[in-house]
Amino acid sequence: MAQVNRTQAGGRINRGKPLSFTYNGKQFTGYEGDTLASALLANGVDIIGRSFKYSRPRGIVAAGAEEPNAVMQVGATEATQVPNVRATQQALFNGLTCSAVAGWPNVDFDLMSYVGKIGGKMMPPGFYYKTFMGPAGMWPIYEKYIRKAAGLGKAPKEKDVDIYDAMNRHADVVVVGSGPAGLAAARAAASSGARVILADEQEEFGGSLLHSSETINGKPAAEWVTEVVAELAGNKNVVLLPRATVNGLHDHNFLTIHERLTDHLGDRAPTVDGVQMARHRMHKVRAHCVILATGAQERPIVFANNDVPGVMGASAVATYINRYGVVPGKTLVVGTANDDGYDAAIAWKKAGRDVAAIVDSRPGADGDRVEEARQLGIKIIFGSVVYDAKGQTRVKAAKVGAVSPDGKKLIGDKLDISCDTIATSGGWSPVVHLSCHSGTRPQWDDKIIGFVPGDCYENRLYVGGISGNYELGACLTDGQAAGENAAKSAGFTPDTPRANYQTKAVKVSAPMALFVAPHEKPFSRAPKQFVDYQNDVTAGGIELAVREGFESIEHVKRYTALGFGTDQGKLGNINGMAIAAQVRGATIPEVGTTVFRPNYTPIAFGAIAGRNAGELFDPKRYTAMQSWHEANGALFEDVGQWKRPWYYPKPGETMQQSLDRECLATRESVGILDASTLGKIDIQGKDAREFLGRVYTNAWAKLAVGKCRYGLMCGEDGMVFDDGVTSCLAENHFLMTTTSGGAAHVLEWLELYHQTEWPELEVFMTSVTDHWATMTISGPNSRKLLEQVSEGIDLDKDAFKFMDWRQGKVDGIPSRVFRISFTGELSYEINVPANYGLQVWKKLMEVGAQYNITPYGTETMHILRAEKGFIIAGQDTDGSVTPQDLGMSWAVSMNKPFSFIGKRGMNRQDPTRANRKELVGIKTKDPKVVLVEGAAAVNERNYKQGSNVVQGHITSSYYSAVLGRSIALGMIKDGFNRMGETVYYPTMDGSVIEAEICSPVFYDPKGDRQNV
Amino acid sequence: MLHIYCPHCCEYREEEEFHCKGQAHIARPLDPDNCSEQEWANFIFFRKNTKGQHQELWHHSAGCGKFFNVSRNTITYKIEQSYLLGTAPQPVLDVNKEGKA
Ligand SMILES: [Zn+2]
Repeated sequence: MAQVNRTQAGGRINRGKPLSFTYNGKQFTGYEGDTLASALLANGVDIIGRSFKYSRPRGIVAAGAEEPNAVMQVGATEATQVPNVRATQQALFNGLTCSAVAGWPNVDFDLMSYVGKIGGKMMPPGFYYKTFMGPAGMWPIYEKYIRKAAGLGKAPKEKDVDIYDAMNRHADVVVVGSGPAGLAAARAAASSGARVILADEQEEFGGSLLHSSETINGKPAAEWVTEVVAELAGNKNVVLLPRATVNGLHDHNFLTIHERLTDHLGDRAPTVDGVQMARHRMHKVRAHCVILATGAQERPIVFANNDVPGVMGASAVATYINRYGVVPGKTLVVGTANDDGYDAAIAWKKAGRDVAAIVDSRPGADGDRVEEARQLGIKIIFGSVVYDAKGQTRVKAAKVGAVSPDGKKLIGDKLDISCDTIATSGGWSPVVHLSCHSGTRPQWDDKIIGFVPGDCYENRLYVGGISGNYELGACLTDGQAAGENAAKSAGFTPDTPRANYQTKAVKVSAPMALFVAPHEKPFSRAPKQFVDYQNDVTAGGIELAVREGFESIEHVKRYTALGFGTDQGKLGNINGMAIAAQVRGATIPEVGTTVFRPNYTPIAFGAIAGRNAGELFDPKRYTAMQSWHEANGALFEDVGQWKRPWYYPKPGETMQQSLDRECLATRESVGILDASTLGKIDIQGKDAREFLGRVYTNAWAKLAVGKCRYGLMCGEDGMVFDDGVTSCLAENHFLMTTTSGGAAHVLEWLELYHQTEWPELEVFMTSVTDHWATMTISGPNSRKLLEQVSEGIDLDKDAFKFMDWRQGKVDGIPSRVFRISFTGELSYEINVPANYGLQVWKKLMEVGAQYNITPYGTETMHILRAEKGFIIAGQDTDGSVTPQDLGMSWAVSMNKPFSFIGKRGMNRQDPTRANRKELVGIKTKDPKVVLVEGAAAVNERNYKQGSNVVQGHITSSYYSAVLGRSIALGMIKDGFNRMGETVYYPTMDGSVIEAEICSPVFYDPKGDRQNV
Repeated sequence: MLHIYCPHCCEYREEEEFHCKGQAHIARPLDPDNCSEQEWANFIFFRKNTKGQHQELWHHSAGCGKFFNVSRNTITYKIEQSYLLGTAPQPVLDVNKEGKA
């Protein structure tokens, strides 16, 4: 198809560079400088989607970020698919491949349109609440069809082949928007030497000046833009970011700027000199002052059937003609309530096509552009509105009627005017979105008939359209002043003499507040008058919401889904509020204000993730022995950021077979565990011992040098949150161990108490977790093994007792050896400086071969400790468990002089009441059945559902090879008094598992094995 | 994301370097054992839900490791000042400006 709507000349496109692209499988041609939208319009493509609820055909209505309909799926391959791209913001490139996301099975023949009318009746406002409240299980079925039928795009099925980037920046002044106000502001601020960032979402800087016919200093506005941009580009303190949307303006002037580096170059980011370019870059900017020069978006006038393709915004029409050389139709009718609507008619006429009429709701107007239209011979009908459109897949005629002076009622004659395009302008809505992001509500301004940014303490300035200032001269001088003030606030002095801006004053006649054109019928009976195209919200729907009692606009929005599309209701929100106000007989401010949230436009997940994807998603921590674990087939488990060996399967083994082998080897001979990840905190100072006594529940006053002690840590509520062994290295020197996942939290907890409550205590804490490699050898042969590799340590059972530690050498390396046990076996925890970890580990493996030394991972560690009834804080505890609930009163010393953390808490009423849940052992009747962790206990096999029926739950559950049966730990109400009783665990499949309450110590209850 | 002045480092740093530890100026009772249930509950559970100026405890966890207090407006999120433990917020001093100077 030829470019039927392309003008002979003009526009900022490069006619010497044709570009071919594919839309819905068909080839088209556009020019360099086109957006996808302007290229589609140039080719006469009317329908670019189907609407969400009613499946009505839709066309392009806008030229910028506010476009609700032209939402495309872009991408030539599966891996480069990008959903929800606004055609108005996608630069055309050669080979661009896209399709309409809305419309099923396709936009031209749409199945839904046949059921659309029925579907529409079935989907009134409040549809989600009314229809999908229940039955609960039906939502996935509804959702499947809604998603398929609605234009929501599809996620790529393949991995993204592009890379994304992020950059942190600091700026003195960030200017958002590069129209006249933004450029003048950036120029003034930059003249002072301040660090300035100028960001604009479009392909080119210039904003409205790019399609303006006005002059600055006697030159066409676009020429002035070129000069200023060149000047800024030459200033090393200025960062120019085109194609960069400021998507969020957060607290303390933190901005997230989404720069699309290569979206205009091709289907995927190109490779330059062998280096793949990043597709997008997220700039995270902290600014001293932010100048918002985001301009305004034109508000359409709502009227009946205003969604028929061919209905557009008047400024969009002018933009397409002046900037892209595209006249999107043959015969135009303009419906307007201000002078700006005339621009479309003037441009259209000058492009050599027919303007049937300008329909102006005002009784008369004498602005310069009204005069120009008159002189061009364009017919102007004052005191009238376009109240309905004829046509199905393209506008055929505009229905025009005289309107009362308040714009609320049709009066007198009506006529149909044949046309294929209706362009409307109801005025302008300042783009206040960013000003709302940190919570400031916009304020209604009657004078400009729109919302302007509300007051905010942050160092922010608003210039140009965003503050309701649409006059070119004022935008330039206000922008200049704002740029100077911003620079001054950051401590810079703007350049003198100031730049001088001469513009020609344009006489503008007063606009009229008109949001919706009245119809012969009321909202509820008129043909659909669309307010929000993307969610198919109509004036009638808003009226219904208000009638049903939803008065605040926030409720109306949620009930009707107004503004909930990917366009955030940029075109529709204000009209929706005006209609709600009209129905209520209230003013717009009385209906409420609307708040916009980040992001301003949809953003690719890749841009949010940046480089933090794949391998770099989260830091990984490895112990010194990682290479050995990998070489020996370990599977790994995440513990916090640590990668810990989970178990070491041998070829052909099932997981349970591996665990059985590792467990039995440890119980029968010797096993070895990499325990390096245990948190280690070095504690020194003359008050270290006193400090330990305050933060642990047990006594530390008498712990001698060379001794170790197990301790429980509680919160002030008396609930256990961590545990570990602390050893006395010297009189004023201790080494505390914590759980692997809890180390950072424990250190912060200790520092909190030291710094806030007891700063008088002389104590110093340092994390030494990474300094040491820790390997635990456990089992009856561990002493024999240690004897063969150590020197300088008397390993005699009476010289080096259980819960002692000794210093010496292991494999020639200075070591600390702790005789502590988490398995119940004779165990030694060998600590060597981390750099020697691998060497010592290998030595232990080599010498231990004669004892069949067997490496085991976290899973076997869990089984071995559960066989002994040892808890894991965070698995057997959940923040609601006291030491007493765990049967660990032995680890609480109520007689310590200082009221330790947790003491008062565990003596409160609730922790001391009867019938608390207590940690017990659970043995299933059938020894082969392993309970599921989390399974709930009930008293009766045929229990009745109800409150208080649950007696507790399983916290740990395993199969124990040494016992030849399953074992479990769990909480049971009053469990200590219920030994031998039977409880039942209902399962997901409806069966019930019978079990007996028992001691949590399943193996070696007297503890003989660790004391040998 | 907040921009927080650490009075120990004497620099503004990004919020991600800090942990907020809740309401400030909650002293641990000196004699917990003789606290009533209500007194102890007030200490461990009950907190203001201030609308407006609010004093809170922050930890420069990825920085100097020190705790300090911040006076922040919970409506605007404006931080009036950061100040050292054991001191009261200054009614006039604005460290946001002082810190930059
Ligand atoms: Zn600090």
